[in-house]
Amino acid sequence: MLQFQLWKKLLVAAIASLGVVFALPNVIGDGIDKSFLPGKQINLGLDLQGGSHLLLRVDVDAVKRERLENLGEMIRRDFRTEKVRFSDLQVTEETVSLKVRDAEDTAKAKEILVELGNDYSVSSEGTTYRVAFTETGLTQMRTRTVEQSIEIIRRRLDPEGTKEPIIQRQGAERVLVQLPGVDDPEAVKRLLGRTAKLTFQLVDLRMSASEAIQRDRTPPGSILMESANADGRSYVIEKRVMVSGEMLDGATATFDQNNRPAVSFTLNAAGARRFGKVTGENIGRPFAIILDGKVVSAPTIQSQIFGSGQITGDFSVAETNELALVLRAGALPAPLIILEERSIGPGLGADSIAAGEIAALIGLILVAVYMVASYGFFGGLAVAALAVNIILIVAALSALQATLTLPGIAGIVLTMGMAVDANVLVFERIREEMSNGRSAIAAIDGGYQRAISTIVDSNLTTLFAALFLYIFGSGPIKGFAVTLGIGIATSMFTAVMVTRLFIVLWVERKRPSKFVL
Amino acid sequence: MRLKLVSSNTSINFLKFHRLAFIFSSLLVAASIGLFALIGLNLGIDFKGGILIEARDKTGPANIAGLRGDLEQLGLGDISLQGFGTETDVLIRIQRQDGDENAQIAAIQLIGKTLGSDFDIRRTEFVGPTVGAELAEKGMLAVVCALFAIMVYIWFRFEWQFSIAAILALTHDVLTTVGLFALTSFEFNLATVAAILTIAGYSINDTVVVFDRVRENLRRYKSYSIVDILNKSLNETLSRTVMTSVTTLLALGAIVIFGGAVLRDFAIAMIWGVLIGTYSSVFVAVGLLSRFDLKRNDDEDHGVEKPEYERS
Repeated sequence: MLQFQLWKKLLVAAIASLGVVFALPNVIGDGIDKSFLPGKQINLGLDLQGGSHLLLRVDVDAVKRERLENLGEMIRRDFRTEKVRFSDLQVTEETVSLKVRDAEDTAKAKEILVELGNDYSVSSEGTTYRVAFTETGLTQMRTRTVEQSIEIIRRRLDPEGTKEPIIQRQGAERVLVQLPGVDDPEAVKRLLGRTAKLTFQLVDLRMSASEAIQRDRTPPGSILMESANADGRSYVIEKRVMVSGEMLDGATATFDQNNRPAVSFTLNAAGARRFGKVTGENIGRPFAIILDGKVVSAPTIQSQIFGSGQITGDFSVAETNELALVLRAGALPAPLIILEERSIGPGLGADSIAAGEIAALIGLILVAVYMVASYGFFGGLAVAALAVNIILIVAALSALQATLTLPGIAGIVLTMGMAVDANVLVFERIREEMSNGRSAIAAIDGGYQRAISTIVDSNLTTLFAALFLYIFGSGPIKGFAVTLGIGIATSMFTAVMVTRLFIVLWVERKRPSKFVL
Repeated sequence: MRLKLVSSNTSINFLKFHRLAFIFSSLLVAASIGLFALIGLNLGIDFKGGILIEARDKTGPANIAGLRGDLEQLGLGDISLQGFGTETDVLIRIQRQDGDENAQIAAIQLIGKTLGSDFDIRRTEFVGPTVGAELAEKGMLAVVCALFAIMVYIWFRFEWQFSIAAILALTHDVLTTVGLFALTSFEFNLATVAAILTIAGYSINDTVVVFDRVRENLRRYKSYSIVDILNKSLNETLSRTVMTSVTTLLALGAIVIFGGAVLRDFAIAMIWGVLIGTYSSVFVAVGLLSRFDLKRNDDEDHGVEKPEYERS
């Protein structure tokens, strides 16, 4: 065992130097060009560099309801054009149902309903028909909604494409957002908190809002809507949409002629045509600018409007900036619900790193002093190996681009305590062998031979714990598992290879017949 | 001169204490279960859902009493405030709000507004009820799976008796750690689950080292009684056990003192784990082994080598 072949020595040297090379980018100051190095810096977790972690649920049920509502309207229209008489058209959470009046119409009714497409299934019971989503239809709708949401989230959070947020689908209806370096997590939530569905609709002048409230009904084709402002007003609004947010070409924050914050918008060609036609026909009538189901303002059409206009309301400058941004990014297909939030300010992250570094350094010194006090020169070798171990952990984290979290730092410090364990096992064995009267070299040899199976067994079992932490853990805990796992691997390597190489080199030079351990 | 906390040639009769240790451990486990059932755990927002905000008073030491008064008027239900690390820092915990997720977000905004511009919000954590339940489930699953995997591995590498003894010792460690959290009302959160798994890892590490020696000595000293072999193995590994415990405790001590407030509870749990893990390896795991009828016939003959240095 004490024969350390040349290739093994070279291998250890190669791994150690690779470790140094990959660990270097983390040590070199920011001012220096490190492009000549192959590795990158360690990827810091959000808890260390500051940032927001958000787990969102896309409210797909809202889209489903909307789709079923629209489906109901479509069926109503189709049945009317085909002159199929029906009653009891009902839209529930899951289905659209109706009763066909005349039995001879059932074939025709079925034909209309089947033509709605593959996304829906039609079932009948006597003259009652039910239309519901098929399983694949539902899955497709869910996937489409979540993917669209991810796209819109990305455009809202990272309009310039420079911030490198992580936006991932998780499970069926969830989206994970990780946004490093955020100063104001509230702003992030405001950006995601609204769907930003913008429509322009005419105000219905056939009935005043107060009358509609009093009589608890609106004229057909119109609905009652609240104001988005604090004035508490309501409006009777025609359901027909003149222009909607998809027709927007651009939106910017600006000021109106009274120097109040406003958002100016431009429409695309189709939108401009539509808007021009409707405004031309309705000069003198008010139209409502509706955002997420609330009336932002209801100006009167003074003249025909084509390509551009302004939205004014009770806005602050910050609000117009955000509104312009979300309008440019487009509407979310469904509302987002925040299931989990973890936001760390950059100050706390920096403090945590500083505290972690100090703890690591002091831990290292304490362990080093204790090892040298206990094992003398050999203890020193073990400490040198521990230094190599830490370099290798840093290098592995950098090379794998694993994320270092605060618990991860604890993992590294803990590994330092446990890493010397393998050395301790060997040294204690060597001591035993020596006290049994073996020669120096035979004792070292025997010590390594006997300790190795113990080292492997004990480390592998700890590795299991790390593995399950990784599988079931989330966020910072995963980071802890990764550093723990890497630490176990590198400490086994350093104990079995590096410390031994040191000892072999020492033995080769000194050829001791006796030594004190 | 070498520092030696334990002499190399001890011959302590550990097994003599194993009945006492069994009684002690049984009481400890029973007390832990009792505390868990009666007091319960101080579940953090990770599992219970709720809001946690860490804020720093930019103007100087935070007036926690005044702040508590202001926040309690918001009508957000149970609010707890505590100093955190330094005297400028406050940790605010708010129970889960009635209503859906949006109600929680609104509460966070309300608190931000109440704290005003004197405070720097350093951390906001919010866990909704659905996610909390999932995290709790995942945490439980992680601990159970890890224990099971360790059991299978030990079974595979040793005999079934070792596997049973190891897993009972580990369960003992996990349960008493949970008991410690119930007793001290330390917050039980995701980091605690990580600590428990690490404790399990450390404890099994310790146990395996002793078991390894037991297996070796079983082969080597065929004339010894089981109890003698177990005692011999424990004594032979004792100085290593102490050495490794001390280095790990030194590293953990550094985290407790210098690692910052966030890691402190985690490190304290780990320190407990190192102590209980070391204890259980010696007294519970090996104590249990002494109760089993260990197989010692090893058909490999090299195991019977008669060492020339055998102390009679």
